Amino acid sequence: MRRISFAALSTVLISTSAFAAEVAPGDVSFDENGGVSASITSVAGDPVAGKAAFINRKQGNCLACHINDDASGQSFHGEVGPSLNGAASRWEEAQLRGIIVNSKLTFEGTIMPSFYRATNGARTMEKFAGKTILTAQQVEDVLAYLKTLKEE
Amino acid sequence: MNTLNKTLTCTVAALTFATALYASETDVLVINEEITIPTSAPAPEGSPLDKVISGWSFRKHETQALQMDDFDNPSFIFVDKASDQWTKVEGTEGKSCASCHEDVEAFKGLRTVLPRWNEAKSELYSMENYINDCRTERMGAEPWKWSKGKMTAMTALISLQSRGLPMSVKTDGPVEPAMKLGKELYYTRVGQLDMACSNCHEDNYGVMIRADHLSQGQINGFPTYRLKNSKLNSTHARFKGCMKNIRAKPFGQGSAEFKALELYVASRGNGLSVESPAVRN
Repeated sequence: MRRISFAALSTVLISTSAFAAEVAPGDVSFDENGGVSASITSVAGDPVAGKAAFINRKQGNCLACHINDDASGQSFHGEVGPSLNGAASRWEEAQLRGIIVNSKLTFEGTIMPSFYRATNGARTMEKFAGKTILTAQQVEDVLAYLKTLKEE
Repeated sequence: MNTLNKTLTCTVAALTFATALYASETDVLVINEEITIPTSAPAPEGSPLDKVISGWSFRKHETQALQMDDFDNPSFIFVDKASDQWTKVEGTEGKSCASCHEDVEAFKGLRTVLPRWNEAKSELYSMENYINDCRTERMGAEPWKWSKGKMTAMTALISLQSRGLPMSVKTDGPVEPAMKLGKELYYTRVGQLDMACSNCHEDNYGVMIRADHLSQGQINGFPTYRLKNSKLNSTHARFKGCMKNIRAKPFGQGSAEFKALELYVASRGNGLSVESPAVRN
């Protein structure tokens, strides 16, 4: 009985460590245009989870600044950034990933937050200090969702 | 011909007024049907903006309307309380505000020049500092907290005396270091979201961020009644809210940093008319 639960525990540990195979924020490698070609996790992005993180005001909160007709059920889409309608038809995957991870390397001086970066702005509140806005998996999930936004 | 031109211009302006979801410069702020307040002004010297525009112009018509009649403006509940406070004796010296300042109207114009350098104290002074000096040094009373109800009400009453007068804070001389600090803070990206004041209020005013229409972040209407929290809000409390939104640790209310930022932001709006106490979202 004890042995069985031990075996079950090891399985959990193994799958957890597989899950944890992700690129740390400081180790992401960018190409010269600010794109990131390789996935930063070992788990494929989930577009459904990605849409949830995209909408969530404490996670991506992407609608604060971007219009997205695919999320028309949500009110108040901002217009600080460009519309994301058809974004996947205009952008390569690597560039989209790079923009989510650290947009400043694609668009110099942009207002857009860097969602997966090791360093934050000065005076970051303690509860967010040293933390990325999105987890590595959420970056891949949001990317998977953005890839579904094709022009009709 | 001239008359025709004028008529056409008026018609176009009226149409713009009627169709705009948000107000624009074609809207005119008239309070109590008698006080016309200009809501834009030529940008002061050295400004990165073409012109300075009051936050009133960025609000929805319903919100704007609340500021157009003092009976509709909820700020005046607090102004009335401050008027009562004005004659209330407090502290060990047996004095009220009225003991030294007979009529609050004597403060006409004061709001337009604050914050300013206080020579005797060798410090940049906001209105809150002056009020607390009166309380502690002349009345022998407890100081008020920077953004608590009695303080914001009193700053509203005193600021109201300057309503309609153009902001004109001094930016040179002994306040130069504070101006420099304020400007640095304005352009420094902070917080987990890594944004500076300028990212929203200089680069993106006029566009929607979620349900909010980004303004130039002018402070000529402060303290201001916000529909969001149903009370008067000090400038420093508003700065604090902005910093928390971008997940940055705010500076203290009344701190040297926020006073410097208040001075710098006020200077960016020099020329705009005082609207205090205004109504905003």
